[in-house]
Order: sequence, then structure tokens, then C-alpha cells
Amino acid sequence: MSIIDAVLGDFFWRALIGGLGVALVAGPLGCFVVWRRLAYFGDTLAHSALLGIALSFLISVPLNLAVIITCVVIALALVLLSRTRALSTDTLLGILAHSALAIGLVTLSFMPEVRVDLTGLLFGDLLAMSRQDLLWIYGGAAVVLTLLAVLWRGLLMSTIHEELARVEGVPVERLRLALMLMFSLVIAVAMKIVGVLLITALLVIPAATARRLAKNPEHMMALAVVFGFIAVAGGLSMSWYLDSPAGPSVVVTAFLSFLLVYGAARKNSH
Amino acid sequence: MTEALANLEGVTVQFDDRLVVNRVSLTVHRGDIITIIGPNGAGKTTLIKTVLGLQRATSGKVSRAPGLVTGYVPQHLTLEATLPLSVRRFMLLSGKPLADCEAALARTGVSHLLEASVHHLSGGEKQRLLLARALVRKPDLLVLDEPAQGVDINGQAALYELIRELRDELHCGVIMISHDLHLVMAATDKVICLNQHVCCSGYPADISHDPAFIETFGHQVAESLAVYHHHHNHQHNLHGDVVAGTGHQGACNHEHH
Repeated sequence: MSIIDAVLGDFFWRALIGGLGVALVAGPLGCFVVWRRLAYFGDTLAHSALLGIALSFLISVPLNLAVIITCVVIALALVLLSRTRALSTDTLLGILAHSALAIGLVTLSFMPEVRVDLTGLLFGDLLAMSRQDLLWIYGGAAVVLTLLAVLWRGLLMSTIHEELARVEGVPVERLRLALMLMFSLVIAVAMKIVGVLLITALLVIPAATARRLAKNPEHMMALAVVFGFIAVAGGLSMSWYLDSPAGPSVVVTAFLSFLLVYGAARKNSH
Repeated sequence: MTEALANLEGVTVQFDDRLVVNRVSLTVHRGDIITIIGPNGAGKTTLIKTVLGLQRATSGKVSRAPGLVTGYVPQHLTLEATLPLSVRRFMLLSGKPLADCEAALARTGVSHLLEASVHHLSGGEKQRLLLARALVRKPDLLVLDEPAQGVDINGQAALYELIRELRDELHCGVIMISHDLHLVMAATDKVICLNQHVCCSGYPADISHDPAFIETFGHQVAESLAVYHHHHNHQHNLHGDVVAGTGHQGACNHEHH
């Protein structure tokens, strides 16, 4: 048996490798969530992932694909609805986020023949990571990181000042769509780690922690990845030794490192 | 005839039922400095956004010279506090080499801020940074939305002077919005007084006698402008200090007629 098989044959190592893969993309995209104030938007997309799961059982398409498509559709609906300005964006998000979650739950309850682990979907099932999941995670990560690298200047510029970016010929609207596509991808793969209810935490907390120490945007992204790694490794260890649920443990670790960094920075500034 | 950079013909912009810009026509040529003045809510910002292509005209014709490079200095640079950004990084995002960025910063007098965080700049420094950012692209058309905001009164005069010099160096056209009537009257080629529609336009010396202008701004403003002929007998640098050796030692002796 080769080393690779030995490592991938162990559920703990699979969980760790998968978790690190997710942190690799959650960090950079989390920065955009923080910069563009998309936390609630991310929540809405994540909640609609459950609807995607229900649909995947209903029309039997691959789970990840159904989640991605549902997220993209909801994201587009959000953009179109917010343009009408009939309701403020946060009201709109509040309506869609919880409706999507509720519709997903109701739909699943109508399919008693489908045995799903609801707790796993809502709060993550890190320790049940399969080899196929790993393939999805690293495939998704490769796509997202490549897109980010290629679109980087335009994305950053339109985040800093949208009108200035447009005057300079940056295709702002198309980049917004690309960003949403990336979000949908990340949500589809991160769902496995922390579940639909906690995904936003994995996006926002490492990025927010990184902000305290970062001098420029790229620096902040790199640090967000590091804090994501710490959260995944720490959360898994916590789960191993304390027998706590893995997904929430990851979020708790992320939160602890956030407190630590802000606490230390505060002390230093006095 | 110099080249026309942008042209609006009978442009109307409407938000829902509200008419914001009403049948405005204007042309910017290379070398022009056009200043748009007018009361709050007159549609000034909407008008220049239409020139830039940021705002779609409800009706009318907007045309820009093919391949036109525009530099835009927006009203505010409001940055998300969560986005760490240095002046250097912000300038480099223009896609121009560092040497060009440094030269542009030097031209607007803020080269010493290269390594500073954009978040820590004062209002005046931010305006100069935005101007440098527009400048580094070597624009054919420079569009400024209240460039002197947050700049103290001495700095304002220097800033308008700088804009004039840049016009000569780049040989570009300039459109700006301003509230500083006195300075505008002294530093501009052509003034457009906007109140949804163009209520009057022309050369600064003539416009202050225009009945439409007097109606918009009141007698007091119009009279104060009519008698205000600004003769420079000294110069300020960008920090508002009087430049030594120009025959002026602090006391103000502008001529007032």
C-alpha cells in the first residue's frame, strides 16, 4: 500500500486534507465577503444550498452540481430583484435566505424514501469526507483560485471604487457575476465541512482576523488562508480529543483565533 | 477647430418621474476647461456621469471620440475600512509602471505619501491622490466632481491652478463641477450654469451679468462676482504656502475694483 493510499484511507487525514482545501479558497473569497459587505448575501446563498440538495434528490442530478446551480440562480434573482428597489437589499436577503432554507427542509420531508443526514447538511460532516469529496474540493479550489488570479486587478479595482473602475474600462457587471459563480462553487464544496448554517463563519472570521494584521489586500488574503488552516486543524483536533462535533469546532477555533489576534493587537496599541 | 472629445446633444436623464437633466447640449474640445455650477440637486453630478458613460441618458445623443481615455476624479474616495490599501498599491492598480505612478504623485504634490495607508489621508490628500490616479492614465478628458472638497482655501486656488497646468501639459479637455464661484470665475474658460437645464453658459466675465445667473444665485452673489477681478501677484505651492521670491510677503494685496 502506497503512502498516498495510507493517508487517504484514514478518515481523519481525509478530513484534514479536505478541510485545508476548503480553507484555501474560503480565505480569499472571504476577503471579498468582508470588503463588499456580502456576509448576509453569503448566508442567503448558503441557505439556498439546502434547496439545491432537495432538488438534486427530486430530479436526481449530482448533489454538488445541483447546489451550484441553485446558488447561481438565487444569486441572479437577488441581483435582478435588488435592481427594482422595491425592497431594501437586506429585507430581500432576509426573505430569500430563510424561505430557501424552509422550502428545502419541507421538500426533503416530503421524500421519506430519501435518507439524508440533516444535521450533517446543516452543521457539516467533516469526518465523513470521501475521496470523491476531496476531488470536488480540490477541483473547485483550482477553478476558483485560477479565476481569482486572472480577474484579480479588475475585481479589486471594482471593489475599491466601482465607478472609477467602470470609467477605466473594467467590466464591473461581468466580474460581479464571476464572483457569484465562485461563491456558489465555494459554498457547494464548503457545505461538507461546516454545513449550510456555518459556511459564512468560515468565510468571514478568518478574513476579519487577517484584516487586523494585513498591510495590503494580497497580504490579507494570504493571512486569511493561514487562519483558515489554523481553524480547520484546531477544530479537527478539538473534535478528536473532546469528541465535539467537527464543523462547529472549526468555527469555534476560528473565533478563538479572532479573539486572540484582536486582543493581542489591542494590548500592543496601548 | 480643435478636436471634440465628447458631445452631448439634447440629453435628458430621468429617474422614475423626476427630471434630473433636461435637454442639455454641450461639447468638450481638447484644451477646454468647462466648469459646471448650479444649486444642489441641479443634476451636475448626473450630467458628468452621463458624459463619462456611467449614467445612461433617457433620451438624447451622447458621443465620445473613439479611443478616448478618460480620467475621473469622483466626489469622494470612500474606502471600506476592512480593505487595507497603500497609496502605492492604489496607484499601481491603474496598471501603469511604478515610475509613472511616482511621477503622477509628484505632479500633484503627494509623492511623500507613497507608502502611506489610503485610510489615513486627509481630505485634501485624498483629492490629490485621486487626481494623480486620473493623471497617470494620461487622459484625453479629465472629469472632476468637486475636486476642491476638503481642501483649505489657499489649497483650493493652488488646486485649480494645477488643473489648468495639467490641461496645458496633457493638452486634454477638462470638465469639472465646482461650488467655489470666485475661484471658478477666475480659473475657467467656460462656465455652464445648470439647474436641470442649462440656464446660462458662457465666459466667466459675461455670465455674472446674465439675468438667468442672477436669478439662480441671487443678486448678492452675482454682484460680488462682477466686481471681483482676481489678479495674482504671488503664487502658492500645493500646501498653501506662499512661494518665496514672488514679491509677496504674507500681506494680501489683491486688487479689488
